[in-house]
Amino acid sequence: MSAVISAENLEKTFHVGGRTVHAVRGVSLAVSAGEALGIVGESGCGKTTTARMLLRLEDPTAGRITFEGTDITATRGAALLAFRAKAQLVFQNPFDALNPRFTIGRSLAEPLRNFGVAKSEHEARIAAAMARVRLTPAADWLDRHPHELSGGQLQRVVLARSLLPGPKLIVADEPVSMLDVSVRAGILNLLRAARDELGLAAIYISHDLALIRYVCERTLVMYLGRVVEEGPTPALIERPRHPYTKALVAAVPVPHVMQDRAPLPIKGALSDAPLSGPGCAFRDRCPLAFDRCAAEAPPLRNIGEGRKLACHLGDEA
Amino acid sequence: MRSLLRFLRSEPFAVAGAAIYAVIIAAALLAERIAPHSPTEILRANRRIARYMPASADFWLGTTSSGYDIASQLIHGARTALQVGLTAAVAVVAIGTLLGLLAGYLGGWVDKAVTRLADIVLGLPFLPSMLVLAALTRPGTLTVVCTVAALLWPNTARVIRSQVLSLRERAWVEAARVTGCSNARIMFVHILPQVLPLAALYGSVAIGWAILAEAAASFLGFGDPATISWGVMLQDAYANQALSRGAWNWFVPPGAAILAMALAGFMISRGSEKLLFPKLGGS
Repeated sequence: MSAVISAENLEKTFHVGGRTVHAVRGVSLAVSAGEALGIVGESGCGKTTTARMLLRLEDPTAGRITFEGTDITATRGAALLAFRAKAQLVFQNPFDALNPRFTIGRSLAEPLRNFGVAKSEHEARIAAAMARVRLTPAADWLDRHPHELSGGQLQRVVLARSLLPGPKLIVADEPVSMLDVSVRAGILNLLRAARDELGLAAIYISHDLALIRYVCERTLVMYLGRVVEEGPTPALIERPRHPYTKALVAAVPVPHVMQDRAPLPIKGALSDAPLSGPGCAFRDRCPLAFDRCAAEAPPLRNIGEGRKLACHLGDEA
Repeated sequence: MRSLLRFLRSEPFAVAGAAIYAVIIAAALLAERIAPHSPTEILRANRRIARYMPASADFWLGTTSSGYDIASQLIHGARTALQVGLTAAVAVVAIGTLLGLLAGYLGGWVDKAVTRLADIVLGLPFLPSMLVLAALTRPGTLTVVCTVAALLWPNTARVIRSQVLSLRERAWVEAARVTGCSNARIMFVHILPQVLPLAALYGSVAIGWAILAEAAASFLGFGDPATISWGVMLQDAYANQALSRGAWNWFVPPGAAILAMALAGFMISRGSEKLLFPKLGGS
């Protein structure tokens, strides 16, 4: 199965007021058609920047992005427009993702118009997309403005808009974190149904392991711009290998009081982390750090079962 | 409709401003019908030129030293005032909005160039710059309009720029990019409609400035003497020593008209400011 999108050694540095921030440091990933990849990590770990680079909303400082076999790292003009039609984004905040002055119908017509779909097809395609997100009949919704809809309804519209150009890849950046808990599952199921029926590649960005486990086959764990662990989601969550992943899993609220899960506390906060120099970026917060962690950075290497790990502790295990 | 009424009642200044504008617009549109005489006709009374006539039933506000009817000149002057005010306002809004939009959305060197130019223009003193420009070019209302537009666009451009700076970070602008919008389409179809009300507010301020500028230029002799405007009336009155003759009926009406129209523009903009930024509060 060939990858729909793949990235090699993506890097992104921002220059903010004379300071250089290394947001993403050498992230590689690949997603095939019909597959869902999760990217987890705390705020500021670079997961959203990675997603934005994959969608060409941010230019990578270094690295290569390949989409359907073509290098799209620096495409412009018509080629970029063709890529945009095939790679769509579902936004975190549905209340801000639609132009407040546009009716729902006009917002949905935007991608069709911009990607050169004949006007005569608009109505049918919009109706089909609205049916896919269960907003029927479409005519009831198209003349409304975003402020007349609830968060869940808005997110369905956003999802419909992202499906309209016929994408091959959907990136969902915290797709339900702004929604009421009661409507989250509905949106996630719609996303999954669309993915299955249309054979889309999907990337979910989240800090919520429960969501990732529910929808993603494979997961990347990012810490300070690096991938620290990668693997099939069930194995990664049930048997985390990296101390940071262990801490993330331990932080998930447990529904059973008696369930046995040893918490692994980590020390300090994100600002304590070393931003440069040799050694593992996680060493200051890691309860298991030893001499070698300060001397050399652990590379991301295969540890079998389709898993990868960037930790020196894997050597002894 | 009801909320509009309630808004109007809560904004007496805006209502008063709108009323003044209504009177001026009516006078400009119906000038031929309302004015008792032609503003350019030398009138006669008892076979002699009617100079310095006091107010009467025939000459509502008396006559000038050349025998023109002051009331008729005043009514026809509303036309010039509106022309100057509205064209200047449209020009200020157009230039300011365009440059503000480009600077705010594109950023980089465009932003630097526009903000630098705006800083320079804002540093120019208004009236002296206008006089220099008027002296270098052909005197006339067009010059006045161009000068007002050239000197007042930076205020609008700055405000629009800062508004665009905040709007462009919104997720729906990114959504527009993802759904294939070009930069031009994002700027003019997605963002422009959201900043236009703000631009209109600055346009209404420009109306007042333009009328003051036209009056000042005319009074100082840089206007077009062939047009009938309130500024030209004042200049005529001044040149003929109306003040020392005690001809109040000659110079007070055009002065009051200028004041009223400039004031109306500011009062309306104050009211619409509350409509646009209800959170600013104020009394």
